[in-house]
Amino acid sequence: MWHAKTSRMNALAGIASGDRGVRLSRGLLLLALLTVSATVCHARGRPSPDASSQSSAFQWTDTQWGRVLLMKDYNTRIVIFGVAVLGGASGLVGSFTLLRKRALMGDALSHASLPGIAIAFIAANWFGGDEKSLPWLLVGATASGLLGVAVILVIRNQTRLKEDAALGIVLSVFFGAGVALLGVIQQMDTGHAAGLEGFIYGKTASMRAADARLIAVTSLIVIAGCLVLFKELKLLCFDEGFAGAQGFPVIALDAGLMTMVVLVTIVGLQAVGLVLMIALLVIPAAAARFWTETMWRMMLWAALLGTGGSIVGGLVSALFPGLPSGAMIVLVCSLFFFVSMMLGTRRGVIIRLIRRMRLNRRIDRQHLLRAMYEQLEKSSGGLDDSGLAERAKRRISVSLGKLLSMRSWSRRRLSRAIERAVEDELLRIQDGACKLTQAGFTEAARLTRQHRLWEMYLIAYADVATANVDRDADKIEHVLAPEVIDQLEDLLDEQGMTIPVPQSPHGPLGSGEAIGVLGTDAEGHAGVEPPHDDSGGHQ
Amino acid sequence: MTGEPFVAWIGQMLPLGFSWNWGLDGWIVVIGGLAAVASSLLGNFLVLRKMSMLGDAITHAVLPGIAVAFLLTQTRSSPAMFVGAVIVGLLTAVFTEWIRGAGGVDEGASMGVVFTSLFALGLVILVQTADAVDLDPNCVLYGSIELTPLDTVSVGGRDVPRAAVVLAVVTVVNALFVLLFFKELRLTSFDPALATTMGFSSKWMHYGLMILVSVTAVACFESVGSILVVAMFIVPAAAAYMLTDRLGLMIAISVALAIVSAVLGHVLALSVPAWMGYRSTTTSGMIAVAAGGLFFTAATLGPRHGVLVKLVRRQLLSLRILCDDIVASLFRGEELEQQPPTATWLAGELFASHWSMKAALAMLRRRGEVADQHDRLQLTHVGRERGQRLVRSHRLWEQYLVDRAGSGAERIHDQAERFEHFTDRNLRDELAKETDTPVEDPHGRPIPDES
Repeated sequence: MWHAKTSRMNALAGIASGDRGVRLSRGLLLLALLTVSATVCHARGRPSPDASSQSSAFQWTDTQWGRVLLMKDYNTRIVIFGVAVLGGASGLVGSFTLLRKRALMGDALSHASLPGIAIAFIAANWFGGDEKSLPWLLVGATASGLLGVAVILVIRNQTRLKEDAALGIVLSVFFGAGVALLGVIQQMDTGHAAGLEGFIYGKTASMRAADARLIAVTSLIVIAGCLVLFKELKLLCFDEGFAGAQGFPVIALDAGLMTMVVLVTIVGLQAVGLVLMIALLVIPAAAARFWTETMWRMMLWAALLGTGGSIVGGLVSALFPGLPSGAMIVLVCSLFFFVSMMLGTRRGVIIRLIRRMRLNRRIDRQHLLRAMYEQLEKSSGGLDDSGLAERAKRRISVSLGKLLSMRSWSRRRLSRAIERAVEDELLRIQDGACKLTQAGFTEAARLTRQHRLWEMYLIAYADVATANVDRDADKIEHVLAPEVIDQLEDLLDEQGMTIPVPQSPHGPLGSGEAIGVLGTDAEGHAGVEPPHDDSGGHQ
Repeated sequence: MTGEPFVAWIGQMLPLGFSWNWGLDGWIVVIGGLAAVASSLLGNFLVLRKMSMLGDAITHAVLPGIAVAFLLTQTRSSPAMFVGAVIVGLLTAVFTEWIRGAGGVDEGASMGVVFTSLFALGLVILVQTADAVDLDPNCVLYGSIELTPLDTVSVGGRDVPRAAVVLAVVTVVNALFVLLFFKELRLTSFDPALATTMGFSSKWMHYGLMILVSVTAVACFESVGSILVVAMFIVPAAAAYMLTDRLGLMIAISVALAIVSAVLGHVLALSVPAWMGYRSTTTSGMIAVAAGGLFFTAATLGPRHGVLVKLVRRQLLSLRILCDDIVASLFRGEELEQQPPTATWLAGELFASHWSMKAALAMLRRRGEVADQHDRLQLTHVGRERGQRLVRSHRLWEQYLVDRAGSGAERIHDQAERFEHFTDRNLRDELAKETDTPVEDPHGRPIPDES
């Protein structure tokens, strides 16, 4: 619902696309500032680990900062490199899974890989191989991860359970099996089993060069896969049925996407742990969604946020030994997410609030102007539609009380709308009463005309009862595009702007008056008659 | 105590080759069963509301609440820890809802954002205070059900494991909640809009449920580990959902399945590794596996929604239709006085595979509707009558479709081909009456009489 609403509002409010770039760069700058300030604040806030002497602590911190920021440590370099590449790749893949509403697939998957790891370990033990050989364990993890995905898809497609239940079942049952197997492994050879724990919690800080290389290679494969299959995957995300109808192998594509998710997850899992892996798959993609409506931009944003979050998180944890790097990366990513959610230039909370406020203001102004016009019409009831009468109408002033009685708005809201209209020189206030300016009068006439054209359309073509059209037209009048007005004119056989305003088909509306009495109104024209009948009369 | 007679029965019936200690294993099963029942009571509504993953999210997310409570009280078994975890669990639900509503993010993703962030926060707090507090995240998340009988409190002069007491209370609270608000829960789960118009606040029901889910999750995983909580929230309820369409029955079945999986899980944990020469393994993992096995059974063999059952039913229907088609086409052949066809030719004509043709013919021969003449197929008297009925249905339908429904003559064959299998005597008579007892169908072929 929000999507539809906001996109419509976006279209309505006519937000100029010209200032998008400016806003984007402003947002980026803010983001960078926030991250830096957060880092610095944390640095200040935390008591130094070596509290023996203040000055030595400072010294130590200074050198540490230098060493870490310039990445002088071989270890830091590897960790940062590894998580950065991983963050980028999982951001890319995560965008696809997010758009396919499978954000938690990574969660289920990473849990589902545990029994595979355990079985691979046991199998290696039985056949006398090296239990801790990484590729072998990864093969096991991938196999059981893929099995998990397959089971999820089968449950979702073949039973009446929904995706969430399928995810939950696979996640818990597979993980339970894994834990049970680990219970057995721990009895096999106590020394050997210890390494398996790393798959659950990760060991980001102790990542080795071989791990980083593995991550880099897998990530590159996945990134290449995403880019090569970009068009197909995009179609899959947005309109699976259409993709199928166009002859794309939907199931194969889906399997391909899921394989990429499995690859990234499994490789990342052993390097950075379960929770971080889930976070990297979900958070950057979800954050990127706030900044853009374009698929490739979203992927770019997600990759950038994933990489950036990983680097900043890794650096922060390298700077302060007490902070686990995996958790810090998640926290930095969620900070990014929060900032994006607030400041996102496309779907951010603030921008949407602003859009809604603008729309509401515009609607209030239009209501005010039309109310004015209708009041003028009422008070100049006897005059016919000559130019003279037009001018005479414009000079009449309308009191606040009368305006207030026109529709159900609070005095506060009305006076705000009046204030803004005065600022825009559409209204003037004289002795507590409102008067339209020339520009205001033209605008009010245009709005009233739009409103009535729609009412006439509803009566003539949609068979809506005369008494009901006012409220319907009230909703739609704010969003009528000029082309629609043109079409309405054609349809209703009305002249263009030569006649400013056609007669109201239901006569003037009083505040509390029952709409039913319109037919007996003095104006006489009131109209159930087809509108084109009296169109000649205006000429 | 729910599981005890059953376990005793299993112990007598099956020589499982492991030792059963009532003081220990009995309590483990009771605690596992209580945790399973407490979770699955609420799990039904999570599954129906499509919020299954919330259990998973909450069990991860409560870590900071526990960590902070630890920091403040320095003990593991304090009510403060409980309160902290429940507060954070509720926050998870609130944040998820907020990100979903205000940010327009899909529910799964918003859950993912919230629980990973909170978990990371909890981890940082824990690591930061590692020297101050003796707390192993391992233990918090994967609590060990095997050790629960050792931590006892005295209830009415008897030593009862603390976990059993806590879980019994939670189970009773959950059961009361489900019983008292059954109508409201049912309405808000199936039709939130209707519930709102009828004056029930689905929002309040939602948050009430969330509070209890958090309480249950914390109470359970403190004693039995988080995997078991997630499994028990979802799996028995999902299995029950495969077995019935009635909510009350579904809850009852899920509770029964939860108890069975607790008992079965512990037995498996003791026995399966023993077969391979190891000592027992983790009970909570095995309970999850047992629940998974029960779900698999229900999902495949469930009488109405089981995958296998549905498959078999579909196969039987297609076999019946193939039999109809064979008989009808043999009848049409006789009508045109053609030579009786061979089985192979007929299979090609009806687009039937070799095996399904074989099965259908076997069925027809057994019913005595088709007889073999050398290698050609011929209708018996019984078969001819059935063929006549089918062809009559087919042609009456064609006539009706053209006559009454105004369909074009070129499209009616396929429709009539579908309807003919489900048309009985009464319907045929009705059709004949509607179309003024025609003698010919729109293609000019005679409509046979009712035999």
